[in-house]
Amino acid sequence: MVLDKVFKSCDEAVKDIFDGATVMVGGFGSFGGLPINLITALSRQGAKDLTIIANMGGVGFELSKRIKPGGYQDLGILFERGQVKKFIGSVPALGGMPPDSPLEKLYNEGKVELEIIPQGTLAERIRCGAGGLGGFYTTVGVGTVVEKGKEKKVMNGKEYILETPLTADFALIKAHKADTLGNLVYRKTARCFNPIMATAAGTTIVEVDELVKVGQLDPEVVVTPHVYVHRIVEVRG
Amino acid sequence: MKGRLDEQTIALRAAREFADGSVVNLGYGMPGLCANAIPEGRTIFFQSENGMLGYGSLAGDAEKDYEMINASDQPVTPLNGMCFFDSAASFDMIRGGHIDIVVLGAYQVSEKGDLANWGRPGRPATGMGGGMDLAAGAKKVIVTMLHTTKTGEPRIVKNCTYPLTARRCVSAIVTDLAFIEVTGEGLVLKEIAPGWTVPEVQSLTEAKLMPADDLKEIEL
Repeated sequence: MVLDKVFKSCDEAVKDIFDGATVMVGGFGSFGGLPINLITALSRQGAKDLTIIANMGGVGFELSKRIKPGGYQDLGILFERGQVKKFIGSVPALGGMPPDSPLEKLYNEGKVELEIIPQGTLAERIRCGAGGLGGFYTTVGVGTVVEKGKEKKVMNGKEYILETPLTADFALIKAHKADTLGNLVYRKTARCFNPIMATAAGTTIVEVDELVKVGQLDPEVVVTPHVYVHRIVEVRG
Repeated sequence: MKGRLDEQTIALRAAREFADGSVVNLGYGMPGLCANAIPEGRTIFFQSENGMLGYGSLAGDAEKDYEMINASDQPVTPLNGMCFFDSAASFDMIRGGHIDIVVLGAYQVSEKGDLANWGRPGRPATGMGGGMDLAAGAKKVIVTMLHTTKTGEPRIVKNCTYPLTARRCVSAIVTDLAFIEVTGEGLVLKEIAPGWTVPEVQSLTEAKLMPADDLKEIEL
């Protein structure tokens, strides 16, 4: 096990993400739990042909100005810079927004592949990947485009489809606090996809609001055990 | 005066369906307004699929915390007894039948209660979010939507032409013109907006509506 997990900067922590890597990105939408400092470091680092697994595809800086004065960065920056080959998630683009997010523009130009899956199925596929399971049967998506190409099975009179596990080379995670071993706690709804993605990647990289000494987190409230965490960067707000 | 109900009024009517003590999830857009429309004296536990149970109303500008948001990215206020959990736990709660009611928006609902609420022509990159999980797992699905499209096309149809979210999942539909129950026999028109007649509402509805014996004006 790696014992020296603390990195000085996000740039250093994402340095070895390679072209063609699969990267899980925690968070939910554009706010609350998105590891934005690791995302922008990855955009500077420039790795290409990435497969990104995340709940949403991001709004992008230009479109975000229509929602919030001054705008904001989100996952859209990786699409803007042409770093993504494929996106797997539940909301690549928001139907309530104009079709101008970086991901949607690229998709309409045929420059990015999409795998659109129900949000709970996304969460459970990641949990299967993390836990070494071969997949699971669910009723979600039966009778819709989601069932296309998937094994179907009737159990107790109900139709189910088989969903398969997801894992990644890297996970970019946002937590509230870490101790130097890598135990993590989260804050409010910034938890969301972070704890499950943290468990499903070969290398899990975490940005935290605050890094504390071992012994300063109550073991009863640790959400992510340190065994899953490989790199920690403190980003003071 | 013959008008159409506004979105806040549609949300108020939908929220009247929340029994005291219900666990309720609110979908993207108009359904979110139900958080501010709970009938007096009832305790409702709002669940949000990003991992929160028991939040309060939508937050005012002074109290916004972007690490405490509902699934529509809107900051909400805390309540005593609330709790947070991760996305996998949240969807166990949803798929496992622990949500009493979900209120969802829709593009179309069919006469059988089929729901289409996530994809539409020309927008192949939009996604279903948690809608399919919620439609499949919640005990009761209530749809809030405008009765017709911007160009006047009916949204309550014989068969959905937009991509399906789930089959035969909708229990009730609240629109700017009507409150409709989905039953095994078809769509029952239970309540109607003030000043509107049954033939007028039927003319804006592709599916056949069966007026209830006790049909009345929408009351709030």
